[in-house]
Amino acid sequence: MEKQVILNEKHLELTLKRLCHELIETHNDFSETVIIGLQPRGVHVVQRIKEQLQNILKKEVTCGTLDITFFRDDFRRRETPLIPSVTNIDFSIENKKIVLVDDVLFTGRTIRSGLDALLSFGRPKGVELLVLVDRRFRRDLPIEANYVGKAVDTLLSERVSVEWAEIEGQDKIVLYSKENDE
Amino acid sequence: MMNNLSVEHLTGIKDLTAEDIELIFKTADSFKEVINRPIKKVPSLRDITIANLFFENSTRTKLSFELAEKRLSADIVNFSASGSSVKKGETLVDTVNNILSMKVDLVVMRHPNPGAASFLSKKIGAKVINAGDGTHEHPTQALLDSYSIREKLGSVKGKKVVIVGDILHSRVALSNIYCLQKQGAEVMVCGPLNLIPKNMKDLGVKVSNNLKEALEWCDVANMLRIQLERQDETFFPSLREYAMLFGLNKEILDSLSKKIVVMHPGPINRGVEITSDVADSDQSIILQQVENGVAIRMAVIYLLASQIER
Repeated sequence: MEKQVILNEKHLELTLKRLCHELIETHNDFSETVIIGLQPRGVHVVQRIKEQLQNILKKEVTCGTLDITFFRDDFRRRETPLIPSVTNIDFSIENKKIVLVDDVLFTGRTIRSGLDALLSFGRPKGVELLVLVDRRFRRDLPIEANYVGKAVDTLLSERVSVEWAEIEGQDKIVLYSKENDE
Repeated sequence: MMNNLSVEHLTGIKDLTAEDIELIFKTADSFKEVINRPIKKVPSLRDITIANLFFENSTRTKLSFELAEKRLSADIVNFSASGSSVKKGETLVDTVNNILSMKVDLVVMRHPNPGAASFLSKKIGAKVINAGDGTHEHPTQALLDSYSIREKLGSVKGKKVVIVGDILHSRVALSNIYCLQKQGAEVMVCGPLNLIPKNMKDLGVKVSNNLKEALEWCDVANMLRIQLERQDETFFPSLREYAMLFGLNKEILDSLSKKIVVMHPGPINRGVEITSDVADSDQSIILQQVENGVAIRMAVIYLLASQIER
């Protein structure tokens, strides 16, 4: 397995900062907007973005987590079933602007499930998508992100992993590829 | 943690492992959150058809299963023995095979004969969930009881649970004994001695016929319903005497040295095994049990359905 760092700690921090400023350009002081992270890995992105935004805005930004296990389109198509994670949306999303957050955008199927799951909580005014990594040209569904940390061109066999200091020991984004893959 | 149940059908708690029970509870946690959303439905089982076969009367179990299936988006067909060809002499396997030939993936069955669910699971190609087989087992009830204890007290392990009432005729009691012991709880049964089977000590269950003593010992009291429909002969002189000796009232409850949790699988005979003020008190978790029943049944159906090959 070959390993290539796409973004190191410093660049990842810069990217997160840039994304926060892009968000503020559109959503001002976040009084009408909530951020929702997709379980399991989008939640960590939200945590970082929330810290940054609160630092800049000097106010509380409402954030939640959403699990999409029961809305996936591959139930009974996987070898082992997935164990669901926690959903925590303890606020109304009715008429709110929502920024859906995940770490990697690949086929778009997770986001499709996420949109379905989200609508169980009400009818938001609008939904935008923020991802740290966009694996370009790999979509199965017509879904694109509004805010992208870094766009990369990848092979289907490759894997992109966003890693965090609190779990993997260091903040970085890594591309793993099989050695003799062309 | 495992992602899959070790069993292919849920015919009884006896066949489950402690890990299975934990997996069901963890999945139920997610479904409990789902059924408290504004839209209480998930699309997971869109392509699954479930038959609810009730060869014996049931109100809340049937309702709870039906609701669980609908919340998972499964298609359902209901069948009850009264007014069916069972009355015309059709066998159980024939009845079920006829229903299955309409492409049913999973069967939920309540039947008056002990072992009926296990028998059926060996004869047919669909998944089977036992919703009560005579005096044998009622696995989803035991799961929701333990789940409610876990929710109220944090865990089941190390807790002392007394099951009070007619143990002899109770499928809820047997399933609860297996379920609680597998999770490391201590179990006692309490009731008139002629309503307690002889083999209780072999199961490692304590036996008492003194309600006050049993309640002093326990953290949780599960008050069973007196099943008048299952008693061909008289086991105690009168309901009034039973209520005096084994009925839980506010006076006994308040005289205990600690606050215990009170449960009841329903339907309640108010004034017999439990008085109204106890059933409606803040120590009772009877209505939480009912809510948890839907989440537990969703979890069991979801986990079994995930094994169905496409």
